[in-house]
Amino acid sequence: MQSAKVLSARFGAIKPDSVEEYVAAGGYEGLKKAVGMQPEDIIEEIKKANLFGRGGAAYPTGIKWEQAYAIKKGPKYMVCNADEGEPGTFKDKHILAEDPLELIEGMTIGAFIMGSNEGYIYIRGEYAAIQRTVKSAIENAKKAGYLGENILGTGLDFDIKVISGAGAYVCGENTALVESIEGKTGRPRQKPPYIKNCGLYMMPTILNNVETYSCIPWIVKEGGDSFSSMGTEFSGGTKLMCLSGNVANRGVYEVPFGTTLRELIYDMGGGIPDGRKLKFVHLGGSSGACFPESLLDTAICYNTLKKSGLSLGSGAVLVVDDSHCAVDYAKIVMEFFEEESCGKCTPCREGNQRLVELLERLTTGKGTLDDIERLKSLSQTMKTTSFCGLGQSAPTAVITLLKYFEEEFKAHAAGQCENGKCNMHGKGAE
Amino acid sequence: MEKVREVLSRYGNQKESLIQIMLELQQLSGNNYLPAEWVAAVSEALQMPLSKVYGVITFYAMFNTSPKGKFIVEVCKSGPCHVSGAENVLCMLEEELGIKAGETTCDGIFTLQLSSCFGACDIAPAIKVGESVYGNLTREKLKDIIVSYREGLKYAKC
Repeated sequence: MQSAKVLSARFGAIKPDSVEEYVAAGGYEGLKKAVGMQPEDIIEEIKKANLFGRGGAAYPTGIKWEQAYAIKKGPKYMVCNADEGEPGTFKDKHILAEDPLELIEGMTIGAFIMGSNEGYIYIRGEYAAIQRTVKSAIENAKKAGYLGENILGTGLDFDIKVISGAGAYVCGENTALVESIEGKTGRPRQKPPYIKNCGLYMMPTILNNVETYSCIPWIVKEGGDSFSSMGTEFSGGTKLMCLSGNVANRGVYEVPFGTTLRELIYDMGGGIPDGRKLKFVHLGGSSGACFPESLLDTAICYNTLKKSGLSLGSGAVLVVDDSHCAVDYAKIVMEFFEEESCGKCTPCREGNQRLVELLERLTTGKGTLDDIERLKSLSQTMKTTSFCGLGQSAPTAVITLLKYFEEEFKAHAAGQCENGKCNMHGKGAE
Repeated sequence: MEKVREVLSRYGNQKESLIQIMLELQQLSGNNYLPAEWVAAVSEALQMPLSKVYGVITFYAMFNTSPKGKFIVEVCKSGPCHVSGAENVLCMLEEELGIKAGETTCDGIFTLQLSSCFGACDIAPAIKVGESVYGNLTREKLKDIIVSYREGLKYAKC
């Protein structure tokens, strides 16, 4: 297997906020090269790189930047989504804590292309200590002339502010994030208009995930083709994968696209400990799909996963062993969404609560086969009618667990939990 | 109130800094909450209706409108921690602190609460005390953590 390090090469090797050490380790070469290029040519390299948005939506970054570049209105804002709230995801935390300057450099290249003077990194409130590291890296970059006024003598003025979230998963949704930067409740906006036209303070806004921005310096430095050749035909470069759950070696792994989930879980992750077997994998965070071992040979590639009905999401791989109960797990996931729904639209606000209630019935022995039908129908309604991506994807775990473990749900309706996780004493209580 | 004015002026009384201002004020409160008179002062200084200010702060999980313990102990209940034994951690903490989730110890030192994922899945089951994250927890480790906060407070008072 190819060991490719685009994003994690400097992790642990440098003092995270030191510009000197960053530069000595190859940092800022992307920006130095970029300022000698035409913006159109930089965008061309990003398009060639086959870079897709790493936050979960997987929109092609080159195209996004080309569209944003074409917009004549200004000022334009560079915004970074560092509101990593998807359960099972902790990759952006590593970039922010161990090599924040690669993110800052990526945003600065973006600012050079767009002629933007202001950038914002919206970091979740739970990462308070990391916010200080990033702020310190920004200050040091300013002192060294890589941020602030007249960057590298180009005449470009660009400054970055760190904004703290305050505990709201929905702020990971782009329009909600922009609302939150403006100091408001983080409820998603109607789209269109898209934020590239009408984002922060109703101005054109270029918004990307931490990992996406962090790929940019390498792409500019080494060329789009080198980046794309590391991945598959449809997904360029490498991906930071977050391995968690019942697996021997949990952590963040940088893998080239094309690596299979089995290689990640067994070869790198060391497989399932305690002599247990894999029951299912929850891919892409709580809003992603759960699937059994039969799909483990699927390659990590946006296109291949899509063909199998899966989505890479943020790159979270939660491994669940056979000691766990699918219905109990579904309830835990839905409790998360019940808590995190912003309440703006009815399918999500009410739907999540009703799904939790139905799952509560099934996990306490009060459920019936009709409840399983209700779960199915309500999940579909939420998927098709919720206002934003959060609500639309909230029932994904329930839908996929029902697809692969329907027998287990039926056993619960008959009062049995074979894993002994659920307290079924409620049976017959109604 | 002096503290409130200092924070407000540092942010130039800007409406868009409401969340950042409130995060700092909550830190300064000592009891992890936003006293009603502080909220009123912010509302006046930013020329925003009180209802709107409360609309914002009650939307975000990190803000509290009633006093909490000096340290908020948060137990992650999301999927990755759940499959790694978060429930046991919660039981052990409830025993150790003598309170249930959502409650504060009578000495006002600890508030125990459940939390959504805070990105410590590689060391699950994990808890967060204030800004610090602790993982790979066992009963002994939990005891040590709680004791260290109690002791730390003792020394801080000396």
